[in-house]
Amino acid sequence: MNTQVCTFMLGETLFGVDVSAVQEVLRPQAMTLVPLAPPVVRGLINLRGQIITAIDLRERLGLPPAVATVPGMNLVVRLPDEILSFLVDEVGEVMNLSEDQFEDTPVTLQGAISDVITGVYKLKDRLLLLLNVTAAAKLPAESN
Amino acid sequence: MSNPADNNADIIQEFLAETRENMDMMERDLVTWEKQPGDREMLDRIFRAIHTLKGTCGFLSFPKLELVAHQAENLLSLIRDGKKEAEPKVVTVLLQVLDNVRRHLSQIERTGEEKSDVFASVLADLQALQEANPQAAPVVAVEWEEEAQGPSADNSLRVEVGLLDRLMNLVGELVLARNQIAQIGLREDDPVMKGASQKLSHITSELQSSIMKTRLQPIGNVWSKFPRLVRDAALAGGKKIRLELSGQQTELDKSIIEAVKDPLTHLIRNCIDHGIETPERRMTAGKPEEGVIRLRAFHEGGLVLVEIGDDGAGIRPELIREAAIRRGLVNMTKADTLTDHDLIQLIFVPGFSTAREVTKLSGRGVGMDVVKTNLERISGTIDVISSLGEGTLFKIKLPLTLAIIPALIVESGGGRFAIPQISLLEVIRLDPKSAREKIEGIDNIPFYRLRGRLLPLVYLNRELGLKSPKKVSDETSQMIHIVVLESHGGPFGLIVDEVRDTEEIVVKPLGRQLKSLAVFAGATIMGDGQVVLILDVTGLAQGVRSGEAVEQRNTQKRGKIEEAPKQGPTGEELLLFQIGDEGQWAVRLSEVTRLEEFNFNEIEREGVAAVVQYRGEIMPLMPLRQLLLPNGKAPRVAGLEDKLQVIVHSKDGARCGLWVDKIIDIAKEPLVLQRQKSSPGILGSMVIQQKVTQVIDIESLIKLDKARNLLEMTEVHGRN
Repeated sequence: MNTQVCTFMLGETLFGVDVSAVQEVLRPQAMTLVPLAPPVVRGLINLRGQIITAIDLRERLGLPPAVATVPGMNLVVRLPDEILSFLVDEVGEVMNLSEDQFEDTPVTLQGAISDVITGVYKLKDRLLLLLNVTAAAKLPAESN
Repeated sequence: MSNPADNNADIIQEFLAETRENMDMMERDLVTWEKQPGDREMLDRIFRAIHTLKGTCGFLSFPKLELVAHQAENLLSLIRDGKKEAEPKVVTVLLQVLDNVRRHLSQIERTGEEKSDVFASVLADLQALQEANPQAAPVVAVEWEEEAQGPSADNSLRVEVGLLDRLMNLVGELVLARNQIAQIGLREDDPVMKGASQKLSHITSELQSSIMKTRLQPIGNVWSKFPRLVRDAALAGGKKIRLELSGQQTELDKSIIEAVKDPLTHLIRNCIDHGIETPERRMTAGKPEEGVIRLRAFHEGGLVLVEIGDDGAGIRPELIREAAIRRGLVNMTKADTLTDHDLIQLIFVPGFSTAREVTKLSGRGVGMDVVKTNLERISGTIDVISSLGEGTLFKIKLPLTLAIIPALIVESGGGRFAIPQISLLEVIRLDPKSAREKIEGIDNIPFYRLRGRLLPLVYLNRELGLKSPKKVSDETSQMIHIVVLESHGGPFGLIVDEVRDTEEIVVKPLGRQLKSLAVFAGATIMGDGQVVLILDVTGLAQGVRSGEAVEQRNTQKRGKIEEAPKQGPTGEELLLFQIGDEGQWAVRLSEVTRLEEFNFNEIEREGVAAVVQYRGEIMPLMPLRQLLLPNGKAPRVAGLEDKLQVIVHSKDGARCGLWVDKIIDIAKEPLVLQRQKSSPGILGSMVIQQKVTQVIDIESLIKLDKARNLLEMTEVHGRN
């Protein structure tokens, strides 16, 4: 069984999302800030007349903010009851990955990352963390 | 007016439309069945159609139609049971039945009655066919004059609500696109572009209103259950109640009609259970035995107003006041400053209704907070007016539709926000000078004096945790904008940096991650494509309430200090006013309920005392000039157009008005009287704002006024 995964980067870490969940990838968009919103919510964007919440994935995973030179991309994903945009550093390619490269989330992985990762793909020279989109869409407080 | 007849007419219209549809279907089925008489399913369908017709006619009592349907059914059932062949004549006669039913329907539509002898010949045919050995039944067509077709029920069409919802969403998108194009159109110089943009704008508006209309339903649809409800509940409660309905044709969006059904039912129940008195009590009060509940709906300013009124006992503000204090909803000092109208609004506060003894005493309030919350959920508002012994009136304001609403766009802390127009009362612009004069702080909670009432203020940027805009060094260019909004706890002012236009906006819900933010009701997309948040006025008002809590603490503190013989340094608010030409006077603000203006021609006489009509009551006026100035005879002579400045004081439900010449200011000073009790009606004097000020004692003034009236009365009698 092969899985198609859309890859993206947060700092030096390679992540992937099941390609069937991805609606589109957008350049940085004009963003409306939401006062009083939880820190993971970066703002609202207008996607062809639809208002979409943008989630700062670095914040969600407890990573430090990106350096100013990284413009950031919108990875727009479709969930059963909503459409969200995850803000990531860079969007890569679509990879074909096979089942035997997959392993469950290692127990050594801790913190917010372990909550939103389904598992790990062992690539030839590095690891790819598979994002659990549904879990990542929840606020940190909800996932506890 | 009330109308079972109207409702009936609606039912008949529906019946006509439905039966015509059925007849059309049956016609097709009959023709198909004639070709394949063995088609059992087809036969069953025809049978069901006739059966339905029979049932409905029985229900609506159209006996002639019922009879013919019954006979047709009998014939069909013979065929179904195999007792009769499906011969062509059967189909011919059944088709004739159809034609006659159709004509009959048109006739019912025109006259509302059944014409006699319409079906005589088809009935004979039907009966003949049912006989074992049928004779050739003569087929005689009844002569019918061709009727001029008026607007008939045929012109309506059933559409799925889901489709309308989709259309509405699409129009929402179109409105946004139109707004975007309109902005570009403004920038462009090209006249063709301008013209096209205007045309687009026009058509979009028209399309929007047409599609909105497809979703509109008369509010009478939900009212139809009320006559029965009133009848049953009145009987159960041993009361006599008449329900009067008007404006059933007033139309509202389907979703709003559905959402408003429960609150309306609740309010009507309330009028029956608690508003209208028993016949005996009504007789003793000199009212007609039969109570009236009036339900009225009408359009006003782009909104729909629904009023539910009764001519019952009304709500006693004192009881509300007592209950509210006991429940800890307000403290005593605060309760004293509330007007009766404000007190009655407390029935909508959650918690007011929960205690049983409260509802027993007040007679109202069961679940009133739920009524209010349900109405607020669809952006509606509710107000209650009650006058003792005369009845209670609930006023509900509803938007016509939910998806597209008019809103005021404001700016604050560098962001744009939309405020739904329905909550908007007015917009005030102040230059910095008058802002300094008129905005006062009580424990850092700012208030603005709006026509004599203290309006609590909220800074939008602070509420949202946004930075205040850069201070402009040139202070004169800094205007203060106060948007006055209506909420649960009364009006409040929202201070914003800029007030922009009003616009039609399309409300979009916020994502799940932002649902917990009470201050936002949703978001919308502006003409320039930017996303703008819609403020939730109820949520914002919670910020005000916390401000009020500080104020309450403050007044509580003050209450304690007042009990002490000497005043502490905390300071007390004093209302400064002027009577006569010299000197300054003051009254403790805690004793002031309201400031009012009256026209001179509103003054009436009750014996020798001057009175005015105020909130349905007679309020005595105490001319302070006469009471306090040495030679103060009549108050300053003034033209009839001149306004009378009156300080309203209320205690234990009794009100009186202090007639002064001019209201000057509110000062916050420690009440340290330098000279005590210099003369009757005066507490003492002190220096406020570099002026010697006499602080009046209202209680002793009231006594003084009574004594003076008595004196004048005896003088009048003496002269006679």
